Parts: sequence; structure tokens; C-alpha cells
Amino acid sequence: MHPAPSIIAFTTLSGLGFGLLVFLGLGLPAPTGWIAFFHFGLGFGLAVVGLTASTLHLGHPERAWKAFSQWRSSWLSREGVLAVAALLVMGLFALGRVFGLYDAPVLGWIGAVLSALTIYATSMIYAQLKTVPRWNHWSTPVQFGLFALGGGALLAGQLGVAILGVAAAVLFQMLNWQWGDTRFAERGHTGETATGLGAMGQVRAFEPPHTGNNYLLKEMVHQVGRRHASKLRLIGITLAATPLLLVILPAVPVVFGLLAILHCAGVLVIRWLFFAQAEHVVSLYYGRAA
Amino acid sequence: MTSLPTHTDKKLGLVIDLDTCVGCHACVVSCKGWNTENYGAPLSDQDAYGADPVGTFLNRVHSYEVQPADGAAALVHFPKSCLHCEDAPCVTVCPTGASYKRVEDGIVLVNETDCIGCGLCAWACPYGAREMDGAEKVMKKCTLCVDRIYNENLPEEDREPACVRTCPAGARHFGDFADPDSNVSKLTAERGGMDLMPEQGTKPVNKYLPPRPKDEAIDILAPLLEPVAEKPEGLLAWLDKALEKI
Amino acid sequence: MKQPVVEASPHVSDEVKKTTCYMCACRCGINVHMKNGKVAYIEGNRDHPVNQGVLCAKGSAGIMQVNAPSRLRAPLKRVGPRGSGEFKEISWEESLTLATDWLAPVRENNPEKLAFFTGRDQSQSFTSFWAQAYGTPNYAAHGGFCSVNMAAGGIYTMGGAFWEFGQPDWEHTKMFVLFGVAEDHDSNPIKMGIGKIKGRGAKVIGVNPIRSGYNAVADDWFGITPGTDGLLILALVHELLRAGKIDLDYLADYTNAPCLINEVEGPEKGLLLRDDTGKLLVMDRVTGQPMAFDHPDVRPDLRGEITRGGATHRTVFRTMIEKYLDPAYAPDAVADRCGIPAARIKALAAELARVAFDEEIVLDQPWTDFRGRRHDKMVGRPVSFHSMRGISAHANGFQTCRALHILQIILGSVEVPGGFRFKPPYPKPAEAHPKPHCKVTPGAPLDGPHLGFVHGPDDLCLKDDGSPARIDKAYTWENPMSAHGLMHMVISNAYAGDPYKIDTLFMYMANMSWNSSMNTKGVMDMLTDKDEAGEYVIPRIIYSDAYSSEMVAYADLILPDTTYLERHDCISLLDRPICEADGAADAIRWPVIEPDRDVRGFQSVLCDLGARLGLPGFVNDDGSQKYEDYADYIVNHQRRPGVGPLSGWRGGANDGGTGRGDVNPDQLDRYIENGGFWVKHIPAEARYFKPWNAAYQDWAVETGIYDAPQHYLFTLYSEPMRRFQLAAEGHGERQPPDHLRERIREKLDPLPIWYGTEDENKGDAYPITALTQRPMAMYHSWGSQNAWLRQIHGQNPLFVPTKLWEEHGFAEGDYARVTSPHGEISVPVAHMAALNENTIWTWNAIGKRKGAWALGEGAPEATKGFLLNHLIHELLPAKGDGLRWANSDPVTGQAAWFDLKVRIEKVGARAECAPEFPPIKSPVGKGPQDLTWKTKGKAAAE
Ligand SMILES: Nc1nc2c(c(=O)[nH]1)N[C@H]1C(S)=C(S)[C@@H](COP(=O)(O)OP(=O)(O)OC[C@H]3O[C@@H](n4cnc5c(=O)[nH]c(N)nc54)[C@H](O)[C@@H]3O)O[C@H]1N2
Ligand SMILES: Nc1nc2c(c(=O)[nH]1)N[C@H]1C(S)=C(S)[C@@H](COP(=O)(O)OP(=O)(O)OC[C@H]3O[C@@H](n4cnc5c(=O)[nH]c(N)nc54)[C@H](O)[C@@H]3O)O[C@H]1N2
Ligand code: SF4
Ligand code: SF4
Ligand code: SF4
Ligand code: SF4
Ligand code: SF4
Ligand SMILES: [Mo]
Repeated sequence: MHPAPSIIAFTTLSGLGFGLLVFLGLGLPAPTGWIAFFHFGLGFGLAVVGLTASTLHLGHPERAWKAFSQWRSSWLSREGVLAVAALLVMGLFALGRVFGLYDAPVLGWIGAVLSALTIYATSMIYAQLKTVPRWNHWSTPVQFGLFALGGGALLAGQLGVAILGVAAAVLFQMLNWQWGDTRFAERGHTGETATGLGAMGQVRAFEPPHTGNNYLLKEMVHQVGRRHASKLRLIGITLAATPLLLVILPAVPVVFGLLAILHCAGVLVIRWLFFAQAEHVVSLYYGRAA
Repeated sequence: MTSLPTHTDKKLGLVIDLDTCVGCHACVVSCKGWNTENYGAPLSDQDAYGADPVGTFLNRVHSYEVQPADGAAALVHFPKSCLHCEDAPCVTVCPTGASYKRVEDGIVLVNETDCIGCGLCAWACPYGAREMDGAEKVMKKCTLCVDRIYNENLPEEDREPACVRTCPAGARHFGDFADPDSNVSKLTAERGGMDLMPEQGTKPVNKYLPPRPKDEAIDILAPLLEPVAEKPEGLLAWLDKALEKI
Repeated sequence: MKQPVVEASPHVSDEVKKTTCYMCACRCGINVHMKNGKVAYIEGNRDHPVNQGVLCAKGSAGIMQVNAPSRLRAPLKRVGPRGSGEFKEISWEESLTLATDWLAPVRENNPEKLAFFTGRDQSQSFTSFWAQAYGTPNYAAHGGFCSVNMAAGGIYTMGGAFWEFGQPDWEHTKMFVLFGVAEDHDSNPIKMGIGKIKGRGAKVIGVNPIRSGYNAVADDWFGITPGTDGLLILALVHELLRAGKIDLDYLADYTNAPCLINEVEGPEKGLLLRDDTGKLLVMDRVTGQPMAFDHPDVRPDLRGEITRGGATHRTVFRTMIEKYLDPAYAPDAVADRCGIPAARIKALAAELARVAFDEEIVLDQPWTDFRGRRHDKMVGRPVSFHSMRGISAHANGFQTCRALHILQIILGSVEVPGGFRFKPPYPKPAEAHPKPHCKVTPGAPLDGPHLGFVHGPDDLCLKDDGSPARIDKAYTWENPMSAHGLMHMVISNAYAGDPYKIDTLFMYMANMSWNSSMNTKGVMDMLTDKDEAGEYVIPRIIYSDAYSSEMVAYADLILPDTTYLERHDCISLLDRPICEADGAADAIRWPVIEPDRDVRGFQSVLCDLGARLGLPGFVNDDGSQKYEDYADYIVNHQRRPGVGPLSGWRGGANDGGTGRGDVNPDQLDRYIENGGFWVKHIPAEARYFKPWNAAYQDWAVETGIYDAPQHYLFTLYSEPMRRFQLAAEGHGERQPPDHLRERIREKLDPLPIWYGTEDENKGDAYPITALTQRPMAMYHSWGSQNAWLRQIHGQNPLFVPTKLWEEHGFAEGDYARVTSPHGEISVPVAHMAALNENTIWTWNAIGKRKGAWALGEGAPEATKGFLLNHLIHELLPAKGDGLRWANSDPVTGQAAWFDLKVRIEKVGARAECAPEFPPIKSPVGKGPQDLTWKTKGKAAAE
């Protein structure tokens, strides 16, 4: 799939943002005043920047509001609805915290649940697509969840959870790549099933329908060289794993911040691969299958 | 309207005969012509006369070479447009309800005024049947010529899809698959009409008729011609007899 | 939420105008849907005889053609050097004055110094009329490099040909064999036919080195080695004769098989015996006496022989069996050369015989033959054939075409139910066609029509000194039976001054500096080369095109034409008509929109120019212009009394009329009311056996196709060819030059033969054959200016068969250097398995010159697209005898495009194809960036 920067930013940043909000909602930590302002600010900031990034990907952002209507059936719609709900509830919760007006832990818990669900919904936008075997698997929500958890914990300064979460995310990602690399083949989608001509013999794409380019090729038939990919995987994993250094480094805010940034960079690389390496079944019709 | 209807009164769609499609692209261009002028936004072309022309087409003709275990390779021309799936993933993923499947005839359409151009439906379609228009930034797809098949401003005989009307080889057939006696249902039954990528579980309405067996019409094991003579004189002698009969 | 409401009955158009498509030469009927005066949508006309409603990709893209940015806008006068593309726009008055100033003196002194050649011309009966009035012998259309072998082979053999002049009996045929066709002029009818017969379960057999398009849907594919069809066909003939699987009655009654070959040594030897009234003689089986072939009681005897003048004269049939039973024609003897196993050849012969004789069709439709015999039914042999350039575009093409017709004829499957059928004005034997004329008188018309059919040396176009009378050397010993001229030799000969130099080259609708020419680079040089005096070797070039083609840049004066929706045209029975096997038909084009540019229909311009030059037929007695424009000519011109360009509604008939009649001033309106065409159907009794069917002959006379019945026998044995052989053997006044005697004696065999062409093309050093095919969605060079079509075919790879692909270790993205005896190109390759193992090919005419067709910088057509033409020369590789041997068929002069022999090697990846040419300056600028077309809504991206 075409690795669109807007979507990579969206999934990464909103993931971290809502991840952080989950912890804040659960009261880990439970700051007040200015500290709370910065903590919540960071959470909302990341989430909102992420969501805004996603609208850049739209042909008609001005109609984006229409996307709230289909929550019954559409994960993309649900993601929107949940995100807004999460932000509203957490907003009310935050108000109380920042200005010390009131303390409503229940709002926090609800907000935390909504934030978690938002992360889940985001992952399901991809995990639901049968057309992209690499994504179409329970591991996708788990992966998104683990990165949000680890990253969120990191930003929330939750040393233990952060280390465990990041470790889990990174390890799971490595497994996930292994599984993902073979899934397209496992699903049994081939030129033969795509054309139904298998009974005649072995199918090979001859001339493309048009010598000119088209939307499908640009959007869904993207190829990354094997060696290039494995290099990026290494870089991504290494950066994403940097927070594990907290085992030896002093757990002071600066360190947290620095590692968070490195971690975030790592996740961005990993997300780029998440899209760039995802093979869409339509490529079978263009003889470009992985 | 993104939930799929539990039942549609009709199941309109196309049968495409891979045995007779000569790959002429007539259906591709007449589709482009009709849909540029009609339903929704025109099908635009970017860099139309330049180095990298990219246009929106709702129907494209692929071609595949098929190599049997033994015998000569065959070439199959393969038109592809929206298959108007019964279990259309492109519809259920749509966040705005712009994508929907019609209850009355099962046609899958995009209501362009509701489309935010997120592209998710195109991602959800296994068949590459949806293209985002480069100028209007809304999702375009085969409408099954919904603005022809019921169009009172067209003579009765022309109320069929543009691609079907124009196909010189008669390789495209339009009809109602819900009616077992329709031309399309019969063709599908007789010729073993098939689904594309059935394992995706989309239950396509459009069916493809497989090419008839190749290179078997002339059976090299069939009895060869019996010579009546090897030499001219012999043939003349035979001719005498043959002519007596006439 | 409820389902949106869709406007299911939108307004389709304000008005539908019915005219004739001209996105190619098939000439289908179109419904042009108009919205506020603009073309909104084009679809096929269901009532039209040619396409019955369907429309191909090109036709459907017409809207992108009539609005193409490449359309010429006004007359152009060259200001830069030739080939630069630098022009200034001038007025029509100035351009026509200039043309007149150039052409008038030439006509006064030596008219032959004007060479007027037309390409995709659909008004040949008009353009030739103009050229004849002007007085130059140098006129022809593009047929000579196109497929004259097919036309001449058919007409000389059976008085009709493939092309679009005939068709299989789609209704009844049970087996259809296609030799060397990718697309053909009958584009839509062939597709409709194939669809129809496959729907019925009838078999389609493709004989073609390449398995694409029609051959891809064929049930069986014979991937023949190019140039060897003659051998395959004669092997089939051998098998059928050997098995006696031939239609004896058909041969005896309708062909010259029973005619007697003169055995007396001397100038008559090998000609057919005739009675004193000049009628062919046959032996009557009943009386054993010689009789005229058309005698009411004659029962021609295929075995017949007669002793006269001390020699025994035997029948053509006996000569045939002696020739073709020779083991040299046995399947086992030809298999390797054809690249087809003997077993498959035998099986094909058996299947042909089975279908022809065991599945015979009988229509109970009585008819009467020309001998007055009544037949109570029509018996048919349901095997049909079609063929085109795959056979004709070789230097052995004429004989191969003849061989294929012989095969059809011995099976008795021509003009019978289920077989091959002629379309009016065919059948029409070679004898019924005019002979070529070339007598020049300064200031006066030519002595007759330029093109026609020769019957022996006396009809050749030679000057008194024996040198060629025509610039293209048509109808000379080099290619005596060149029925269509040799357009591909005009520039080359004019440049070489062989046979003589010319003053003005006047061309219409032919992209001669690009895809239309062999040796493209060479042609560019010939067109731009100057003599010592600094004058261009070809002094003046006038050209009419509608678009900014490559050729435009090489002319001195451009007469810009209209597009096909902006002018009157006439698809006439005098020309290449649009008839169907069951009826005569003709059609018109008429301006459904007005030009938005300062352009004029070329034929109207000729009416004007003709008058300015005072050409007879173009001026009234008072010297004033006779035809105001082409429409005026179409309606008011008469060839013979009661016969004109259009046959419909003559003499004011309301029902369409007989085809004959006086001028009808409202004729065009009648056509427009009727959808742009006219059809007159053939009565049931006259539908088959046309050459011998009394009812058909009478119908044809009534319709004005000819003035008296034209019964004739199919020509298995060709006397005209024999006459040229006799000359080569030393008989007669007119004698061939010695260097051609042997070739004529050998190649003009009166019975079909096969000979290889690889030696003279250096096949030993260049073992691979390189071919082109027509893409169904492109028309030669002019599809590329079409925003929709160019996305389908914007570049063309060289397709390489598996064996060569692996041998050379090619990979996707590689380029290959392709070398012929004449030149080399470097082009991108693609793998194709369904391809003869010694053949490579590409799509024709996709490659474009930079700067042409209003395409942008870096257009793929000009970088990744290429022409094979750079590898093909109009002359054969030099033989060391100092002579210029044309790369043409020795019988007709047909350009041998497909004899191209090459070798290839891998050159890895490249940025662009080679050779590269500098861009030409576009006289029309470049096209817009984006198109969001909608006739209502905004127009093309303003
Ligand atoms: N390698 C290779 N070369 C080939 C062939 C092949 O098979 N292989 N085929 C050969 C054959 S058979 C043919 S017939 C030739 C065809 O080659 P050409 O005769 O050159 O045909 P086109 O390129 O279609 O068009 C000729 C010109 O007509 C112009 N034109 C189009 N419409 C109009 C109009 O309405 N009015 C006027 N005045 N001009 C118009 C076009 O702009 C173009 O410049 O190519 C030959 N060249
Ligand atoms: N769409 C479209 N239609 C056209 C045209 C066009 O440009 N585009 N051009 C028109 C013109 S001008 C013409 S002349 C006609 C020509 O119509 P076609 O005769 O169909 O012309 P080609 O495309 O040259 O096809 C030649 C075929 O012969 C095959 N062939 C080559 N050599 C041999 C051989 O030795 N033996 C056999 N058996 N096959 C062989 C080639 O593989 C190819 O399939 O098409 C007309 N129709
Ligand atoms: S128009 Fe018909 S024959 Fe041509 S490509 Fe389309 S389906 Fe095939
Ligand atoms: S073909 Fe694709 S676009 Fe059409 S209904 Fe099926 S999934 Fe949706
Ligand atoms: S692109 Fe339009 S139609 Fe497709 S899913 Fe998005 S909103 Fe729905
Ligand atoms: S049905 Fe209509 S919209 Fe669909 S492919 Fe055919 S022409 Fe195009
Ligand atoms: S075949 Fe196509 S381009 Fe040619 S006349 Fe017919 S519709 Fe037009
Ligand atoms: Mo041609």
C-alpha cells in the first residue's frame, strides 16, 4: 500500500496520544495544576494532531463530519465517534484536574476506556481489510495496542509499564513481521483465483489494461525491496526499543522525553513499513503480487 | 446507508464471456464516454497530453497468458469493472454512507455528495473496481449504467449498459441474476459462470464465462483423409469413377 | 438513514445526428448525441449495415478527436527549413493562389511532374477524377503498400477479394479459418461475426505467428512461421486432392478447371483454348465435343483433352493435379519450414473436408445459373476463410493469396451458403475493371483512369522507350500487376530521379515522414536534401492533413482539413463501399458541427483548386467553378448517365430507388433523414452463387453496378500471368529487360506456387522475423492525439517469445538492440509465450516524433514508443548488380513489410528508445494539462 505520510502520522501520533490519555484517565499519574495542564495538553495535542493529519488524507475534509454517521457498520466511522467521545470525556476530567475544581475519577475511567477503544477502532480500520492479508489478523490490534500502551506509559512516566509495554510491543512486532511475511501466500490468493483461469493452466499477467498509470497502482501497488525493508526494520526496532535503556539510565523527565522522541521515531519507521509492505490482493490483477 | 441490505429484489449485473472477448477496449472507452457525460462528476484525466497521463476509468481490460501443463500458451482478454458484490466490503467500510447497495436491484453506488474521498472503499475492494477521481476527489465506480437501464429518455432497446451495447463481439451480457430464466442466469448455468477470488467471500454478482477448451477443435487423433491416389494417373482413374456417379 | 434517490432518467441529449464514423476506414454508422450544439456522446447506429449498433474503442473516443489540441487551425506556409515545423499561418486565398501558381505551369508543360498520392483516402473515385483531369499519370492511393496482394490476388482469381470486399457467411458457416489477421478494415463486422459464430459453437481457427486478439479467441491456433503460409495452404490442397475431397461439380461448372491449356509451342503456348468468338472452350462430357464454357447444354469435363495442331491439350485441372500431388507439397515435406507438425496439417485438412462435405448445408431456395439451368436448392460448404496482411504483406503474398483462394475454390466454398461471400459491387472479374492509363498530353487530361487491371504486357504503363511511365514504376516489368500503384516508392524514386524527377509532390492523409514509410529516417533525409543549386531535390511539397502529424513538418504548404464530424464525405459504390453480402449500400458524412478553425474539407478545396486550374469537369463552359464544394459534387456529378457518387434516392425516388436515376437535388437530405446511409437488399434468389446467378446479375445491372451481366469462371489458372511468362520466354513485341526475365518466368506462374523470401533479406545472418500488429484501440498514427486512447497504448514493447527471452537472458525493464540488414533500433522488451518461437513483434505506429501531435515533453509515445519502420527499407539489400530492387512483391509491387529479418541482443536498461530524433516545432502548441470533460458543465479544462 502507498505509505501516505498523513496516515502514518495519524496512526502513530493518535496512538501515543490516546495511549497517554488512557494512563491519565486511570490516574497514573494523577497530577493537578500546571503539571496536569502539560500532561493532558500533551495527550490531547498528540491525539488531535494525529486526527487532523488523517483529514489531510481526505479528498473532501470539509465533509469529514459526515463520517460520524456510520458507526453501526464502519470502523472508520467508529474511530471518529470514539475519538471525539474520548476527547470530550477526558476534557471534562482534565478541566477538573487542571483547575482543581473537582475530581471525578469515574470520568477518568470512562475516558480511559474510550481512549483504549479509540486505539482499537483505529487498528480495526486496517485489521478488517481481507484485501490486505498482512493486516487482516488479530495481531494488528494487539500490535497497535502494545505500542500505544508502551508509548503512553513512557509519556506518562510509568517506568515499569513503559519498559514492559515497549518490550512487549517490540518483541511482538518482530513475531508479527515473521507471520505477516507469509500470510498473503497462506491465504491462497493467486493469479489463478483472481482470474478464475487456474483450471486452464498457470496464469501470468500479459499486457496491463493501460500503459498509462492509474489510481489503483499508485494507491495499492507499492513495492519495497527486501534488503531495503530489512534495513528499515532494524532501524525501526532499535529506535522503538530505546526506552528499554531505562533499566540502566536514570528515570528523570529529560531522559523520558528523549527516549520518548526516539521511540516515536522508531514507531514512525515501523508504521511506514506497516503500509509500504502491505500487499493488496488487487496487485494480482496487475501481475505485481509480492 | 452503509449496512448492506439483507435482500435485494433484483440482482442486476453482467456476464462477461472470456471465450469471445477479443480485448478491443470498446467497452472501456464507451464507458468512459457515457460516464464522463453522465452520473456524477466527469471522469477526469490528468496530464492528458503529457508524459504521465492518468485518467479515471470504471472498466479496464486486462490480458493474461495461461500456460497449460502441456500444449501452447493461450492469451485471455479480461475486462474488469465493479462486480456489484452481494457481500460488498466496499460498502460496509464507508464511514459516511456514501457507498451503498441498492435494495431494489443490488447496484452498488457512490453518492458523491456524501463522499469524503477517504479511499477506504477502494482499499476494501479486492478487484480494483473503484478509482478516486483526480479532479473531483470523490470515489468513482461502475454504476451499472443506472442512468441508462431505467432511462425513459432512451429508447427501450438502449436501456442497457453502454459497455454492453457497444461490445462488438457480444461478450458482455446484462440482466437479473435473481431471475433463473434470465439470459444471464442461463448463460451462467450453461457455461459454468464463475466468481473472481471467491475466497474473499464477496459473493460477486457479475459472472465470468471461462474460455472453451483450446487447441482441441481439431483432433489430431481423428481419422485422417484416406488417399484415393498417390499419382496423377491414379487420381484421374478415380475421377472417372467419381464422375460416373454424378 | 434512507437510500439516496438517483436520477435514473437524466436528459441524454438535445438532438441525435446520424453520420459515419471516421476514426478508421471501417465506416460504421454513428449516433452523435448533441448538447447545446456540442458533441456530448457518440454511440453506434443500430440500423447501420456495417456495425448494427456496436462501436469500437476508437469510434467511442471520437469526441476526443474532434476536440484534439492537435487539430490544424489555418493554412500554413513553411518559413523555417523543411522538417523544422516552422510555419506561418496564411489565408485560404493566399494558399490557393500559391498552389495554383505552382501547379498551373507544371500542367501546361509536363503534367507528370506532379505526383498526387493519397493515403487513408475514402474519396478515391473523386481524387483520381481530379488527377485524371489534371493529366498526371502519377496518382494512387495507399493500397500499394497496404494490401494490394490481397485485392489483386482475389480479383484476378475470383473477381472479388477479402479486405472488406467480402465476408464469411456468418449466418451459416461452421468453421472459420483466419489467416494473418489482427484487425482488418472490417473491424466491427469481424468481431460481430466471430462473436456470433462462437455463440453458435462453430469453430474458429487462427493461423498466425502471434496469438492475440482474434487469434486469442480462436479455438485452435497454428503459430506458423512467417512467410510460409503458401506452403501450408498448398499442403492442404495436396491432402484434399489426394483424398479426392474436392467439389467436382463446382470445379467443372464455375471455374476454369475444365478449360484447355494450349500445348502448341509458340506465342500461344500455355494460354487457354477459345472458340472463334473468343469464348473459353471446354470439353462436353456428354458429346465429347469442345463447347463454349457458357453453352446452355455443356457439361464441362474435368478430364477433357483434345488434339489439335499436332498437340494434345489437357485441362487446367489435370495440370493442377500433376503439380500439387507432387510429394514436395506433402505435409511431411513442409512441416518443419512452416513450424507446424505434419500431423496437425493433416488433421486440419481432414477437418476442412469433414465440415465441407459431411456437414454440407442445403437451403431450399431455387435459383437459375448463367447457362439457364434451374437449381431447386442452394448447396453450401460451410467452411469459410478470411485473410489480410499477414499473407499479403510479404513478397510472396500474391501467390499465397491465390493459393488460399484455390483452396477455397476446390472446397467449393466461395459464394455458397456457409462459405465466403462477396459484397457488391463484387463479384466483378478483372476483365470488367478498367485497364491502367498513362498517356500524358500537356495541358490536357490523362487518356483514362490511372489504376486498373492488366491482362498482359500490352497493358503495361511503359513509355515508348520502354522506361516506366509512372513515378512509382507501377505496371512495369518489376511488378506488372500492380493494381494499386506503389505509394511506398514515390518519394524514393522521385528523390533518385528514377525513372525521372518531379516538380511537386502533392499528398493527402498520409504520414509519409513517419509510420507510413519504410526507411523513415531515409525518407526524412530525401525530403530535406538539397541539390548543388541549393534547391530541395523534391522541389515542392503540398500536403493536406487535419492534425499536427509528423508529415506536416516536411511540407511547404499545408491545406488544413476538417475533422470527420465537420464535413461532407461520400462512401461511394464507385469507391470502397460499405456494402454487405446481402445488399448494396453507400453512405455520407455531413457537418454535424461547424469547424471553429479556418479549415476546409479537402475535397471542397480540390473543387476550388480544380476550377482555378481550369480542369475539365471542374469548370463550366464559361470557365466558372463547376462544383461549389464537395457536397455539390456528390449530388450533381454523374459518372455514367444515371450513375453518380451516391446511389440512393436518385431521380427523386422516395423509397430509396433502384440505384440508378437522375440527379436528385435533395439527395443529401434524404440520406440524413435515413441515418446517413442507403441500403438496397438483394432478393433471396440472388443471394448466393452471385457470379453465375442470373437473378443476381440482373439485379446488379438494375442497381447500376454494371451495365450488362458479367458471368465468368473463377480463374484457377491465370492467363494474364502466363502472358508475362511468354514475354519472358521471348515471345511478343514488348520484352522485359534481361535481368528480370528469369524472375518473371519463375514468379508469375499461372498456378499458385510458394517461394521463400528470407534469402534476399539475408535470413541466414538475420534469423528472426519482426512483425507489427494493429492495436484494436488505435488507428495508425492518429490515435495518440486522443487523450483517452493514448492511455491504453501510450508506448509499445517489443514482444519476445520464450525461447529467445531465455536464450538472451532478458528481464522486465531490459532493452534490446534489434538489427536488420538496413539499420538498428534499441527498444524495451516484454515476454510473450503465445508466440512463434522465431518471431518478435510490436504494436504498429505507437511511436511518435517529439513535438508532433501537440503532445507534451517526454510523452511516452516519443520516448518509450518506437517504430519498426526504421529497420525496413523500401529496397532490398544490394545484390551487387548496381540495381535498385524494390522490397516489394514481384507480381504486384506490394510492400513487403513482413519480410523483415533481424537479430536481437540484450542491452540492459535505457532512458529512451534509439534512434532519437530532435523535436519538431509544433504548429499548434501543446495540449492542456487536465481534462474534466462535460458538455453541460465546464468544457475542456479552460
Ligand atoms: N511497420 C509498419 N508500418 C506500416 C504498416 C505496418 O503494418 N507496419 N502498415 C502500413 C499500412 S497498411 C498503411 S495503410 C499505412 C498507414 O499509414 P498512414 O497512411 O500514414 O495512416 P495514418 O498514420 O493513420 O494517417 C495518415 C495521416 O492522415 C491524417 N488524417 C487523419 N484524419 C484526417 C482527415 O480527416 N483529413 C486529412 N486530410 N488527414 C487526416 C493523420 O493526421 C495522419 O497524418 O501504414 C503503413 N505502415
Ligand atoms: N484498430 C485498427 N484497425 C485497423 C488499422 C489500424 O491501424 N488500427 N489499420 C487498417 C489498415 S490500413 C489495414 S491495411 C488493416 C490491416 O489489417 P490486418 O491485416 O489485420 O493488419 P495487421 O495488424 O498488420 O495484421 C497482420 C497480421 O498478420 C500476422 N502475420 C504477419 N506475418 C504473417 C504470416 O506470414 N503468416 C500469417 N498467417 N500471419 C502473419 C500478424 O501477426 C498480424 O496478426 O487494418 C485496418 N484496420
Ligand atoms: S468490448 Fe467486448 S470484446 Fe471488446 S474488450 Fe470489451 S468485452 Fe472484450
Ligand atoms: S467489486 Fe469491489 S467495488 Fe464492486 S461491489 Fe465488489 S467490492 Fe465493491
Ligand atoms: S471514499 Fe467515499 S465512498 Fe469510499 S469509503 Fe470514503 S467516503 Fe465512502
Ligand atoms: S455498466 Fe456502465 S458503468 Fe459499468 S462498466 Fe459498463 S459502461 Fe461502465
Ligand atoms: S471500426 Fe471503430 S473506428 Fe472504425 S469506423 Fe467503426 S467505429 Fe469507427
Ligand atoms: Mo493499410
